Amino acid sequence: MADDTGKFGVGALHLGNPNRRQIFQLGAGAAAGWTLSGNAFAQTERPTNPPDKPRGQVIAALSQEPTVFHPLMPGIEVDQGIWWQVFSPLWFIDPDGQFVPDLAREVPTLENGGLSADGLTWKIKLRSDVKWHDGTPFTADDVKFSLELINNPDFRARSRVGHSLVKDIKVVAPDEIHWRMEAPYSPYMSILGSLTFIVPKHILEKVTDPNASPFHNAPVGTGPFRWGERVPGDHIQLNAHAGYHGKGPYVERVVFKYIPDLTVLYTQFRTGQVDYTGLQGILPNFVQEAKTLKGRKIFVSSTSSVEHIAPNLEFGALADRTVREALYLAINKQAIIDALNYGLPTQTESFVPQQAWSFQQGLPQHKYDPAKANTLLDAAGWVRGAGGVREKGGVKLEFTNSTTSGNAVREQTQQLLIQDWRAIGAAMRVNNMPAAVIWGDFWQQSKFNSVIVGVNFMLGSDPDVTPRFGSGAIPAKGGRGYNTYQYRNPEADRLLAEGAKQFDLAQRKTTYGNLQKLIRDDLAILPLFQGFIAEGVKEGLQGFRPNINMSINCWNIREWYWA
Amino acid sequence: MARYVANRLAQAIMLLVIVSAIGFAILHLAPGGPLSQFAASAQMTQEDLDRVTRQLGLDRSLPIQYLDWFGRMLRGDWGRSYRDGEPVLAVISSHLGATLELMATATIIAVLLGCWIGVLGALRRYSLFDSLATVGAMIALSIPTFWFGLVTIYVFSVKLGWLPAGNRQTVGDGSPLDLLHHLIAPALVLALVETAMWGRFMRSSMLEVINQDYIRTARAKGMPEWRILTVHALRNALLPMITVGGLQFPTLLGGALVAETVFTWPGMGRLFLDSIGYRDYPVVMGILMFSAVMVLIGSLLADILYAVVDPRIRVG
Repeated sequence: MADDTGKFGVGALHLGNPNRRQIFQLGAGAAAGWTLSGNAFAQTERPTNPPDKPRGQVIAALSQEPTVFHPLMPGIEVDQGIWWQVFSPLWFIDPDGQFVPDLAREVPTLENGGLSADGLTWKIKLRSDVKWHDGTPFTADDVKFSLELINNPDFRARSRVGHSLVKDIKVVAPDEIHWRMEAPYSPYMSILGSLTFIVPKHILEKVTDPNASPFHNAPVGTGPFRWGERVPGDHIQLNAHAGYHGKGPYVERVVFKYIPDLTVLYTQFRTGQVDYTGLQGILPNFVQEAKTLKGRKIFVSSTSSVEHIAPNLEFGALADRTVREALYLAINKQAIIDALNYGLPTQTESFVPQQAWSFQQGLPQHKYDPAKANTLLDAAGWVRGAGGVREKGGVKLEFTNSTTSGNAVREQTQQLLIQDWRAIGAAMRVNNMPAAVIWGDFWQQSKFNSVIVGVNFMLGSDPDVTPRFGSGAIPAKGGRGYNTYQYRNPEADRLLAEGAKQFDLAQRKTTYGNLQKLIRDDLAILPLFQGFIAEGVKEGLQGFRPNINMSINCWNIREWYWA
Repeated sequence: MARYVANRLAQAIMLLVIVSAIGFAILHLAPGGPLSQFAASAQMTQEDLDRVTRQLGLDRSLPIQYLDWFGRMLRGDWGRSYRDGEPVLAVISSHLGATLELMATATIIAVLLGCWIGVLGALRRYSLFDSLATVGAMIALSIPTFWFGLVTIYVFSVKLGWLPAGNRQTVGDGSPLDLLHHLIAPALVLALVETAMWGRFMRSSMLEVINQDYIRTARAKGMPEWRILTVHALRNALLPMITVGGLQFPTLLGGALVAETVFTWPGMGRLFLDSIGYRDYPVVMGILMFSAVMVLIGSLLADILYAVVDPRIRVG
């Protein structure tokens, strides 16, 4: 099954030919006793055979409570932990970035005829041996129903990006479905593979309100685990689905424990009450100590999220590219990584994670050079005024920086930035807010000066960032996306339009490589580092595979078992 | 008496309307909204957020939203949680049992222990016991519950391994013994502050009573000391404690909120915190109204009980 990879299967690009940086990372990770990616992790495990039938249970701790169980409705990362166990997509993206068929028999490609040459016709062949948890056979009607439900105006769908282009869905046979796309859109492959789960027609077609039904709190899927029980505010129990069509499951039960405080979560992991620390993992300040715990393994893996300073490109001095370059030069990034993040994350210059096939090598590397920053500003006419703050043409080089209040590491980062930037005549003030406030209109409508934020720019494993950097995606200007930076560049728009209709991987790599160069050159964002998560598992628990293409690393509990 | 109760009920209803209006306004006027949590998601665009906002009716004016909510609440429909789509009353009731269990246990401990310390402190005024009790109460009232909870976990769970580090029960167990085992630490932490308060109030009340003329008269008549204490002094000293008990609910709920967070106790306090964080308006309003009703009932019961015991109150 895993060999049946389509044209979009791209793992070989970075696994078969690892670059020097990746080789260095793997070596450094092994030497340090932890890993930087799921692939490296696999090498540290001594595999044993999974049991013949499900045995034991896994207690997985999460710091946020999963509450949305309809996988097509608005939910957060932690909800995906449940979706991946209860439901199945047509195909999923493995840690190597390859599309692996799940409900589909094969991933549609140009070669196997699943995709037409113009990218407009999609033909999907489905497995015929899949059953819903209640025993009803899964068919192409379920796929049609799911896609139509997403576009149902009365349904509170999470997102219609890509789905809204799907027209003329035809069920050709119980195990085959065809549709036409209104326009070629290659990222749809990733959207279907990582964000779209298929729901049962035979249950949901009978409900009167698609937004509220018993299904919402007792979902029925085709995934490896059946819904068990939910004790609100405490835990959710899922039971092994004996008739699962894929590999596993190898444990009888999985229990998701909700533990909101990260210190308490770590304590319970330490005392053995939980087997796995999922989202948001172990706090960086506990990682060193955690690695000394007996009977526990700690894994630090990269995530797709890129921690960066988001400038509002239409605000005051930040609109000037020279200013952004000077600010970037004056950041002591390594101090932020080493002193505040315990050396766990890695520097980056791109919005694309370094493990992705689309990552562009050789982007200009950041250098901490306050002297050069001062020279740049002097040459551009930014002169020091009262209090040492520079100004030019009546515009002062001063701005606020905001982030989620209570996030200690980011608040400390702000203190370092104030010092770094004061040295070049830039004045930064802190304006932090609670999460429910900052990520509302303040962020969405570009009311900020600058923000420290971690963003996963990828659509699954796809680097299409039209909603993030397209000039038509600025919400403050009525756009349809989340380009809150207010970035506008006709060349970027051209590349984005080109990449979204390309189906050849090599071509796409070039297109998105050029886009990364452009964004880096424009300094549309000031990248700090690639995100990371430290997770702990009890010794003896096999099968844990961090997956940078998923929002949550417990995506494959079906493959977990006790040695 | 009936008129007195009717008056108090009318006041309580007015208060509820005011509390609901102020609560609703503050909650909705606070920046941010229930969809902010999705803003950082790679899945939802601004267009999606706007669509969901319309579907939830959040684009309507605030007075219209309030009147709609209030009208439905009067009909017994408290709305549905924005997070999990469950009816608000079902969400609250699913967390209520855990909180009541914690609060009731802590209250029993606090009342018994606090009253005992208070009475003994009053009877042995300025003794070593009284001084220790006073200092102990000051410390208990000064220690942040959150910190005390973490220390309890560190000592009794991490170091000694005697008590679980949290949760209401072991997954798959749930026997009475298991429940009790999990209850000990959070109940004691929550009871700490309560005990100190009950102890201080009881000491003052008892001191006032034992200096009354009728106690001196009873002693002069040669009544046994234990009888003077239990029948005359204690009964009268407990009277003001009715009011204390009635007004303890908000403090107890506040303490439970912290204890539930530290001990991962699936109760209302944590639900309230979570719901505020997610701006889950229907649930926050539901808990607010529920708490207000409970406080008013507690206060009303205390007043009525007091009026029953002391008829002079009814006149005022």
